Amino acid sequence: MLAVAFIAFSMFSFVGDPVTNMLPQDATLEQRTALQERLGLNESLPVQFGKFVTNAVQGNFGISYRNQRLVSDLIAERFPATMELVFAAVVMSLVIGIPMGVYTALKRDSWLSHLLQALSLTGISVPTFVTGILLILVFSVWLNWLPSFGRGEVVELGWWSTGLLTVSGIKAMIMPVITLSLFQITLIMRLVRAEMLEVLKTDYIRFARARGLTNRVVNFSHALRNTLMPVITITGLQIGALIAFAIITETVFQWPGMGLLFMQAVSFVDIPVMSAYLVMVSLIFVVINTIVDMLYFVVDPRLRVDTGQNKAGA
Amino acid sequence: MTAQEATPPVLDIRDLHIEFDTRRGVLKAIDGVSMQIAPGEILGVVGESGAGKSLTGTAITGLLEKPGRISTGEIRLEGKRIDNLSQEQMRRLRGREIGAIFQDPLTSLNPLYTIGHQLVETIRTHLPMSMKEARQHAIRMLEEVGLPAPETRIDQYPHQFSGGMRQRVVIALALCVEPRLVIADEPTTALDVSVQAQIIAVLKRLCREKGTAVMLVTHDMGVIAEAADRVAVMYAGRLVEVGPVADVVKQAKHPYTRGLMNSIPTILNDVDRLEQIEGSMPRLAAIPDGCAFNPRCPHVLSRCRTERPDLIAVENSEAACWLVENPVIHERHTPATPTTGPVADHCRGANA
Repeated sequence: MLAVAFIAFSMFSFVGDPVTNMLPQDATLEQRTALQERLGLNESLPVQFGKFVTNAVQGNFGISYRNQRLVSDLIAERFPATMELVFAAVVMSLVIGIPMGVYTALKRDSWLSHLLQALSLTGISVPTFVTGILLILVFSVWLNWLPSFGRGEVVELGWWSTGLLTVSGIKAMIMPVITLSLFQITLIMRLVRAEMLEVLKTDYIRFARARGLTNRVVNFSHALRNTLMPVITITGLQIGALIAFAIITETVFQWPGMGLLFMQAVSFVDIPVMSAYLVMVSLIFVVINTIVDMLYFVVDPRLRVDTGQNKAGA
Repeated sequence: MTAQEATPPVLDIRDLHIEFDTRRGVLKAIDGVSMQIAPGEILGVVGESGAGKSLTGTAITGLLEKPGRISTGEIRLEGKRIDNLSQEQMRRLRGREIGAIFQDPLTSLNPLYTIGHQLVETIRTHLPMSMKEARQHAIRMLEEVGLPAPETRIDQYPHQFSGGMRQRVVIALALCVEPRLVIADEPTTALDVSVQAQIIAVLKRLCREKGTAVMLVTHDMGVIAEAADRVAVMYAGRLVEVGPVADVVKQAKHPYTRGLMNSIPTILNDVDRLEQIEGSMPRLAAIPDGCAFNPRCPHVLSRCRTERPDLIAVENSEAACWLVENPVIHERHTPATPTTGPVADHCRGANA
């Protein structure tokens, strides 16, 4: 994370002079230096970085050049929107992707499997912004069923603002979530299918069949559980990817999340916001990877037992 | 076979043919195999890799996978035909009436569940028992297969067991609902030699106690000699010889069986080179006319190249070989006799 912080910081130290953007065209030199001083831009780079890190650890990312507000406030405001979007997309891709994967693995020759396979190819190859714009065109412009932008009404739960509790919030969520999860659904489906086919060939599945267990038990309790290991890994990694893809989705739907904030920050060379965003994303990555490692522990006994009691093992 | 005529055989295979539909045509993997196994009997099935031993076992359990299929023939379990049962009926038989033991104990157990879970699940699938009863039964089974401290080990995962112990667990799983027949497909191949003997002993003892018939598929003649009552020798999808274990090992009738026996190293004879059968088994697509073994047979007759021999009774055994019909060739054979290459036709006189 320190590395990410450094890259974020150093990259943006060279991308342009924010002072020019912030002041009116006819600003005097004194005004410029005064602003530079206030923003701390007149000090040497290592000192700036040191300050950046110490402040960042305390949750203080400085002041947005453009909005003249605390970056941490801006992020905190936008964070729930992105997280709701991302987690709705993850849940959707798992809830739809896993059953589709299992189905196509078990009924390899049915026409529905072939259809799903073909559709999944489309899902993988169509870019996010195209699906987003198409959805807007069909459901907002032609049918006028769903709003084309924004979050709808939100309810504040402490510091967390949620769109899940109002009808308009949920309606506003449908299209962005579909857009964001379409790629993930197809990815999860293809992954589950491939893994499942692999697991079904193993000896312990053959042996489970030879023991006369019902197909349901063999397929779901024996095969599927062994399939889930790689699915957990990939899902964990994909949450990161989803946050990244969310930039595009949020831009298309004008979703007031971190991605949109980042896009706006980029166009104004708003360095504190951009670096704070990057640091936040890397923090999320680290947290998710830790959670994934802990999930392994729950699913796979081979990782569990050797640590604690080795009573009869020797 | 006279002793077994009173009770019907547990397993009765009649003229079984298994074919594979491939793009290049139909391959006959099993070509007219018939065999019987009596209650409590252990039938050893031997042969080279690809001779069709395991495939026969798979067909009996009904787990033959596409494109393989039984084209003709019957499989009867205690007199009832089982080769034409529905998937669901077959599933009920599997584990209940027919147990299976696979080659590699390291991979036959699901790594994510405790052995207790897998045992209880198998028992409860077939027998109306409560969780508690099933667990008690599972512990008893583990005790019977010689697993030390079954009460604690039942809650452990497969990776906490050694290979030999895992194979004991697999045997417990195969026998836990007392099936009539067990198909043991190379049960000891993946284990080291000292463990092999223990596993065979366990299997043999349990089957004797419970009167379970066993089809022991292996290419290890040592295992056969130790465990089996009768032996069936397979070659290129056909049976070449069936007989009591002592006769087949000591006085093999078919030249192929003799070749197999000669290729076993012994401690008694100090030889520089092991005997081997010249050539290799034909591919399924290129099985020669007549006797499948004729290109490699040291005693080949012109008749062998055109006419396929059926099993012919000789003494206590049966052999699919034209030679056994011919009294001249019907010699006393000792395992130490050297067979000399493919042109040994005229050497027969010397052997006799």
